[in-house]
Amino acid sequence: MRKYVLSLLVENNSGVLSRIAGLFARRCFNIDSLTVGTTEDEALSRMTIVVTGDEQILEQIKKQLNKLVEVIKVVELSPEESISRELVFIKVKADNDTRSNVIEISNIFRANIVDVAKNSLILELTGDAAKIEAFTNLMEPFGILEFIRSGATGLQRGFNVLKEN
Amino acid sequence: MKASKAIIKCLEMEGTDVVFGYPGAAMISIYESLRSSKIKHILVRNEQSIVHYASGYARETGKVGVCLVTSGPGATNTITGIATAYLDSIPVVVITGQVDTDLIGTDAFQEADIKGATEPFTKHNYLVKDANDLPRILKEAFYIANSGRKGPVLIDIPKNIQEEKIKFDYEGKVDIRGYNPTLTGHMGQIKRAISRIKASKKPVIYAGGGIISANAQREILEFAEKTGIPVINSLMGIGGFPQDSRLYAGIVGSHGYDYSNEIIGKTDLLITIGARMSNRSTAGFHKLNPNIEFIHVDIDPAEIGKNRGFTLPIVGDAKIILTDLIDKSDEMDFSDWLDEIDKLKGKSESKEEVTKETENFVNPKEIIAYLSEKMDDDACLVADVGQNQIWSAMNFKVVKSRKFMTSGGLGTMAYSIPAAAGVKIGNPKRQVVCVIGDGGIQMCLGELAVIREQNADVKIILLNNGKLGLVREIQEDLYGKGHGSGVDLQYQVKFTKIAEAYNIEGYEVSDLKTFKNVLDKVLKSDQPCLIQCNIDPDTRTL
Repeated sequence: MRKYVLSLLVENNSGVLSRIAGLFARRCFNIDSLTVGTTEDEALSRMTIVVTGDEQILEQIKKQLNKLVEVIKVVELSPEESISRELVFIKVKADNDTRSNVIEISNIFRANIVDVAKNSLILELTGDAAKIEAFTNLMEPFGILEFIRSGATGLQRGFNVLKEN
Repeated sequence: MKASKAIIKCLEMEGTDVVFGYPGAAMISIYESLRSSKIKHILVRNEQSIVHYASGYARETGKVGVCLVTSGPGATNTITGIATAYLDSIPVVVITGQVDTDLIGTDAFQEADIKGATEPFTKHNYLVKDANDLPRILKEAFYIANSGRKGPVLIDIPKNIQEEKIKFDYEGKVDIRGYNPTLTGHMGQIKRAISRIKASKKPVIYAGGGIISANAQREILEFAEKTGIPVINSLMGIGGFPQDSRLYAGIVGSHGYDYSNEIIGKTDLLITIGARMSNRSTAGFHKLNPNIEFIHVDIDPAEIGKNRGFTLPIVGDAKIILTDLIDKSDEMDFSDWLDEIDKLKGKSESKEEVTKETENFVNPKEIIAYLSEKMDDDACLVADVGQNQIWSAMNFKVVKSRKFMTSGGLGTMAYSIPAAAGVKIGNPKRQVVCVIGDGGIQMCLGELAVIREQNADVKIILLNNGKLGLVREIQEDLYGKGHGSGVDLQYQVKFTKIAEAYNIEGYEVSDLKTFKNVLDKVLKSDQPCLIQCNIDPDTRTL
């Protein structure tokens, strides 16, 4: 079992998200994260879905997704030939004693400070899963108050584009 | 044009001549437009039966079966029928009324999210939000339902949308970006398939319902005859291959023939065509040597590799692929293998015990065997679900242009009466017999009124044993005699009286001789009838 990243081109209709989420639930496929948004063409949306499974499950997920009438194209984003990023916000405890430490680590990771309060900071970080995990581990000792991540979103490298056949 | 009028016009342009319906407040506009159409409306008695009518109609005519129901309970009642059609890949379009657009989401009277509810078992579904989309959506729905791997499509149409004025345009081709089924098989794969067949010694074709839905009966027979490869059917595949051919090798599965399952254990090349390797039909496949060649032909790529690994996939339409296979193959000789199969067949036939008729009971296997003997060469037998289904499948010989239908995938009780009526309505010339148990019939008694009303000459063979027989058998096989639980239909209904109430001739028989006399008589008549056959509750399924 490992993680796979799928990139989907779908019709931008209401209900398409529920159809895809339902498919995963119904067939007992594990969905780790899902992001969705419209594309340069307003009639289309793009989804990035991270799933856990083996080759056979991945194959079946791709085939079942392709059966959905509103799904136009499905490709796997392999780590070598694609880029994918997540966005996280971390609200961490930071008072006069710890604030400069938190800021220092954030600078190393190029995390942005987007909110400063008396006893806390909100940090914004973009990166792949490994970078986010490393950063989170370093923030943990300060006390993480809240944590939210967007789920991965990605594109194939190079001139290749996702479009209908 | 008023949108509701446009909807009916679309149906007409699709060649719909019959719709099965049950109106309600959210459908009155469509029903008003239907009044001035030549399309015949058949008022069913419960929406739970409605898709089964359309399914029988579609399986008989090859056209899309059409249902019209109202919002809320009307729509939700169709769900089992839709799921039944979905699992058996039957082309059906279900049009549901919906509450006004501005009431959607308010839990209005007779509001139900039928699009959400039917997502898991429709091939596709729509909620119409703009009346101008209607012609396109209807055109797409018919196309999706009856192309590729066929299946049900639902269109939910709010009441106010039906009333709007639109510009009617039904020209132009369907163009759906995400839907483009592959029909032609990959030629390289087809050539590879032929060379693997040549290299094999004991090939078997395992043919499913895909043969029938692709209308490839002639092609599979020609391919089998040219190459000399035996053909085994799944339950849904029955009727796809003539059972009087020497190459016919029975039905596999938990409720198939022993010899067919044994053949599966001996083959070195399995060619599955239009069968989805479901758990029930492949119950005997544990005997299958896991290292053999497995060619899987299916129009739905997702079926290939879903339940079982393959060594050679071919995606496409069974008729087209078989035509290519015939074209690329030479005559082959598997006569040693066929001899071996003949021996297995012979052994199992001699082993078959002739269950004696017990007093006051008629043996169901003999009933079906007699039906098989007497029914027309182009008759259709529609079996329900349970023991009656297996007795029918195992003892009714599907030869010449006979047909066999049943709810194979979902196993929906009370499928057979409405489906049989749908067959008859679709083709009044075909002799139609329905075999059902006393459990199934009590789920759809009201539909007898439709049979009478439509003068649909369906002969209903009711196998009456006062039990939910198959469930009881499973219970007793598992836990021992006397462990039947919740399976007694204790109150003995006088089904002949019910038939009489609907002005349908009713007969009750408890011995084979009487059954034969009654059947001989009713087969000559053009009127529907119900024959209640009292059978021994201890008669085994197999």
